Amino acid sequence: MTCQNKPKLLWLQSITCNGNTHSFLNHPELFFILSHFEVVHHPVLDSSYSMEDVIGGIVPCDVLIIEGSFQEEGFLKSGVEVSSIIKHYANKAKHIISVGTCATFGGIFKQKNPEAISGFCFNGEEKTERYSTHASKLISLPGCPMHPRWLSYVLLMISGKKDIPIDNLHRPVELYGYTVHTGCTRNEYFEWKIDTKTFGLKEGCLFYETGCRGPYTRGSCNKILWNDINSKTRAGTPCFGCTEPNYPQESFFRTKTNMGIPDKVPLGVSKRAYLTLTGVAKSFTIQRFTERLMEYDK
Amino acid sequence: MKAEKKKALKRESIIKAALQLFSVNGFHKTTIPDIAAKLQMSAGNVYNYFSSKDILAQEIIKYTSKALGEEIHKVNIMNVSAKEKIEKIVEIYFMMAKDRPEMIEYFLRVYLSNREVFHQGCEGMVCVSGFITEIMIFFDDSVSSGELRNQDFFSAFGLFMGYLGGMVFLNGEEVLPKPIEEYIHDISFNIYNALKA
Repeated sequence: MTCQNKPKLLWLQSITCNGNTHSFLNHPELFFILSHFEVVHHPVLDSSYSMEDVIGGIVPCDVLIIEGSFQEEGFLKSGVEVSSIIKHYANKAKHIISVGTCATFGGIFKQKNPEAISGFCFNGEEKTERYSTHASKLISLPGCPMHPRWLSYVLLMISGKKDIPIDNLHRPVELYGYTVHTGCTRNEYFEWKIDTKTFGLKEGCLFYETGCRGPYTRGSCNKILWNDINSKTRAGTPCFGCTEPNYPQESFFRTKTNMGIPDKVPLGVSKRAYLTLTGVAKSFTIQRFTERLMEYDK
Repeated sequence: MKAEKKKALKRESIIKAALQLFSVNGFHKTTIPDIAAKLQMSAGNVYNYFSSKDILAQEIIKYTSKALGEEIHKVNIMNVSAKEKIEKIVEIYFMMAKDRPEMIEYFLRVYLSNREVFHQGCEGMVCVSGFITEIMIFFDDSVSSGELRNQDFFSAFGLFMGYLGGMVFLNGEEVLPKPIEEYIHDISFNIYNALKA
């Protein structure tokens, strides 16, 4: 495929920490993925058009990647409203990909000014006024940051002219149809309601006492592992729910409970059903789960 | 009547008869032939429904827990304050103790007093989950709405149910000077004050 025939990829940043850019740079096949596109401009990679060209509005754009939270007025780079640049290319693009929770829902930067800062097409779960204009070509990839392989999946599907099934928040269902709980190596501990004693241990579930939001957070972190080997829960840290529209919430390391009953229960499960199940499961003592993995059967 | 329905009714009639006998005479003094005689059926036929006396005893606690849980469920879905719900739960418990004393007596005098019978198959909350789940829902809703204080579940549960169980026990021993229903309001008030935010 010649350069002219490749879809033209433009990566723009708004209010961002660069987390998604850096996440994608860790993709082991980064340059193979990008070889399917002509990278017309990227904030840190070599590209064919300058920032000046981008601001001038002359850069061609088939696929627009937006990183960072959106502010209609008052966020300037080199004296130019970033919102006007993004909107200009959003109108031109055939596909818009919001990478990270900031670009998708508002994320961490929304906390500074919740009234003015949002995602590009969503403000939390609510649709912004831009939604109706751009919804037909929007793919959401929330995450703080988004997983590099989530973006490569979307880019290669676009490159291959494949349909990408999405949910009501425009997240690809192949990636966000699961919860982070799916594939968690601690699921047996979850089933028998045995909590970990502290962070970093292999044993125990992080849901009951240490704040894990995996059972009600959409994402495939435990299915498509980070750096191909790990995830927060595998390393002994609770899931922070970073892909969700209400991220960030407070108290990452604490499970909110009402008289010891989790305030939120797994996605799609009624509280009554959950409590019935847990009441029974907690009644049993499974010796294998009460001992350190390295000690049991020694 | 379909055979399955007929069998279910017969099964329930055995549970009810056994519940009466166990709660009055105790677990060990009640035999399967006693239960069969009360129902005018053969002991062998009882064993067709329940393979042992222990299994029957376990099924009875599930039955009573489910019945009590269903009553508390009705309270849980009411659009009233936690304070009012407490009064309704106390009323349900006391009226059940008065109108169907075998239900509560069974819990106090058989389930709690013969733990060896319930050791396997009824561990922990397995057989009383119908009731416990509804109490958990009540606590969860009440703390979420800010009416009750967030605290350890068992501290609150023990206070609530210990108080009710104690009163029903005193009533069963016929030492309460007044009919048990006359204590509903004061005891509800005490429980609410102990649990409120």
